[in-house]
Amino acid sequence: MKLSLWTYEGPPHVGAMRVATGMKGVHYVLHAPQGDTYADLLFTMIERRDHRPPVTYTTFQARDLGSDTAELFARACRDAYERYRPEALIVGASCTAELIQDDPGGLAEAIGLPIPVIPLELPSYQRKENFGADETFFQLVRHLAGPAERTDRVSANILGPTGLGFRHRDDIVEVTALLNEIGIDVNVVAPMGAAPSDLTRLAAAHFNVLLYPETGEAAARWLERTHGQPFTKTVPIGVGATRDFIEEAASLAGLPARADETRLRQPWYSASVDSTYLTGKRVFVFGDATHVAAAARIARDEMGFEVAGLGCYNREFARSIRALAKDYGVEAVISDDYLDVEEAIAALQPELILGTQMERHIGKRLGIPCAVISSPVHVQDFPARYSPQAGWEGANVIFDTWVHPLVMGLEEHLLTMFREDFEFHDQAGPSHHGGSAPRPAASPRDISEQAKTGEVIWLADAETELKKVPFFVRGKARRNTEAFAAERGVNEISIDTLYEAKAHYAR
Amino acid sequence: MNVRPGNAPLSGCADTPVLKERGQHEVFCGLTGIIWLHRKMQDAFFLVVGSRTCAHLLQSAAGVMIFAEPRFGTAILEEKDLAGLADAHEELDREVAKLLSRRPDIRQVFLVGSCPSEVIKLDLARAAERLSALHGPRIRVINYSGSGIETTFTQGEDACLAAMVPGLPATEAKELLVVGALPDVVEDQALSLLGQLGIDTVRVLPARHVDETPAIGTHTVYALTQPFLGDTSAALDRRGARRIAAPFPFGEEGTTAWLWAVAQEFGVAREHFDRVTEAPRARAKAAVARRAEQLCGKSVFFFPDSQLEIPLARFLTRECGMTAVEIGTPFLHRDLMAPELALIAPGPRLSEGQDVDLQLDRARADRPDLSVCGLGLANPLEAEGLATKWAIELVFTPVHFYEQAGDLAELFARPLNRRSLLKNHPFFGSGKSSGGSLEEAGGQTAPLKVAT
Repeated sequence: MKLSLWTYEGPPHVGAMRVATGMKGVHYVLHAPQGDTYADLLFTMIERRDHRPPVTYTTFQARDLGSDTAELFARACRDAYERYRPEALIVGASCTAELIQDDPGGLAEAIGLPIPVIPLELPSYQRKENFGADETFFQLVRHLAGPAERTDRVSANILGPTGLGFRHRDDIVEVTALLNEIGIDVNVVAPMGAAPSDLTRLAAAHFNVLLYPETGEAAARWLERTHGQPFTKTVPIGVGATRDFIEEAASLAGLPARADETRLRQPWYSASVDSTYLTGKRVFVFGDATHVAAAARIARDEMGFEVAGLGCYNREFARSIRALAKDYGVEAVISDDYLDVEEAIAALQPELILGTQMERHIGKRLGIPCAVISSPVHVQDFPARYSPQAGWEGANVIFDTWVHPLVMGLEEHLLTMFREDFEFHDQAGPSHHGGSAPRPAASPRDISEQAKTGEVIWLADAETELKKVPFFVRGKARRNTEAFAAERGVNEISIDTLYEAKAHYAR
Repeated sequence: MNVRPGNAPLSGCADTPVLKERGQHEVFCGLTGIIWLHRKMQDAFFLVVGSRTCAHLLQSAAGVMIFAEPRFGTAILEEKDLAGLADAHEELDREVAKLLSRRPDIRQVFLVGSCPSEVIKLDLARAAERLSALHGPRIRVINYSGSGIETTFTQGEDACLAAMVPGLPATEAKELLVVGALPDVVEDQALSLLGQLGIDTVRVLPARHVDETPAIGTHTVYALTQPFLGDTSAALDRRGARRIAAPFPFGEEGTTAWLWAVAQEFGVAREHFDRVTEAPRARAKAAVARRAEQLCGKSVFFFPDSQLEIPLARFLTRECGMTAVEIGTPFLHRDLMAPELALIAPGPRLSEGQDVDLQLDRARADRPDLSVCGLGLANPLEAEGLATKWAIELVFTPVHFYEQAGDLAELFARPLNRRSLLKNHPFFGSGKSSGGSLEEAGGQTAPLKVAT
């Protein structure tokens, strides 16, 4: 048992729903108790879909427990087929149904429906949402993708986009454009937007673009093994990664690499003098492994930040993220416990957090600016406007998104210079967007605590001087000064101590 | 305006046959009740023993509240917990001890059962006893089930309160117990009105703090403020308390009827009652009348959600002039609902339980002006051109008693008002589209609509 409040990922059957909801012509019969339909609203509210997810829940109740539930399941399958006439049915159990040990696969097969019925084994007590999506898509591909003639013109499939994916909708558009510029057609995009009949055509493509390894890797590997389709290893998020991706895709296609970079503004924006103050800003990167790896590269190589720490919540990718962290000379945080992440951020005192909605709130609490780079995300990160992460436009979007809270940070600094002004008092604390959310009372962990331990005391004018330091580096300045004083056996911090410490730690 | 006079036909809907359905239920489970219960009971912690799905549900239902250090959490069962039961109890004890050491302000812990914990027959009642002995008397540990296999949405509150009743201290005093978690502002208004009527020995269940826990005995009379408290009512009856039958305090009429039922029990004179209630009644009537203009003559369809549907249908039909087409409720408690059903004019279908596909077919055939439904159905119905009001808001927003009557009507009027305001509404604006599904596949952009 593990006490949890936030979860980065839902249970695996939600991953299966992401595949079914992203596709057309698939229906999912889920053996589940009343209440599991809550997951519908992730799609209808957060992703703002205009139709119900194609999922039928058996809704068994306490009085059904026993032999009755199996019959309930069979009836739900028959009804779902009659009503929706899908091209294929996927069947499985939610966490509770897994315990009562009906066999959805066997039961559904026994009905003898005239369409493919694909059973899912999703171990709810071991695995999570991303696994559920990856496994479901893999099973669909394995059951449906037969051999096929390669298309005359060079074509590729785009694998991995699902319902409820962070910017999947717009990334598809961007990657399709990148491929078209090289002269590569898109054969099938799947799961998002594909029908089971489209999956039967997968093998007609010359190779696969694995856009999101979290949700498409098992299928890509199977297609490579079974149908000899190689797949791309670079995810085109960031300018460098996009260029590498174009090279990789072109070489898989046997075509010269070509790209139209006229829309790309990120490199110039980043080179322009206004961006100089971004140099060496310490960032902490957390999210799913794919977006973290991409973001770390952008942060260091394209924005000139210092990656102060990184990590991911999906353990499936722990090894690759640990290796990546080594490259950046930092320790990876591999955890699905937000308290671990909060602790790491508090210890590192970065100047910018790149993370999920959880990190957005951690940032708010700690007064550190934050931008969102990965699921899980709230409704505002399924925007109406075009906002990909991938490709050239993705690079433009990322530049704006990351810099925005920092520019706001500078604005706040200017405001604090007018702190004596009646409008700009210190209680109007910072938020991730530089709003005026009142800072929670958590912040004064400062002098009294120190005074109690009898180690270091801040003199009043040093404390006043510290307040002049911009809020987003104030925590670090405080820590450094205290460490500096403690090292030297100084137990009172004066303005001089503060500035001696600053000189000592100057980068 | 077409508002009916206060004296309704005696029978109303009481004899209307109820359509009972089983099938897919598009509803929340009882765990969701934790979201508002923990706000009410300020020194309680709700510990769900369940799966990742349960944690994910609470996260989805709590929205941004989850970032405000709320007093609930889920002990997520892992594979090793499923293997042997003795081990699971040790694990639970450890997690509870850890929790209590981290949150010294907690005085009550609710061990909340879920579908997985019920199916593996984890004995949380015994665990609660054991933990009470271990951490008591300062900390009280109570068990109830909020599982989907046993409870629907607001029934979670019922299960919680019912579990508290056997442990309430005994009293011989004649006291009024007001039962049901209300927002503090509403509760204060109710207590103030009762005080003005001269009824001052009033207790509430649930209380805000463990130290204010009400006592109960054979002289206790109680009034329900929420319609979904059947089990709690039965538990109170078992302790010898007596229920005051009344409609629920929604709208001017419902509030007055509720207060008058209580007032009669305490021998309050009609003149005094009228004097006290006159001003707030007038305020409530005026506030409702302003919104009722938009609602009058419109039809409403209730999908089952919270058991508030019948009282709300009564309010909308009698005070706002709406017509009810179907009133769906997850559970119909005949006894508690009798005063409400008597007030609703015959006509609407009554349904209990749900087969969501069949019910959607009925709604499509009826084409009601307003559908009250859950968030999983709301946007899809809007996309089919049906105006909706999402039901969960009715549970979280202050809607009871006089001062909220106007707000309550406003909640239903706003979606209708909005669609008349939106000039480019995809289904009702001047550029009306086919109403088909939007393309979600990338790379295919919808053609630009030409404004007419």
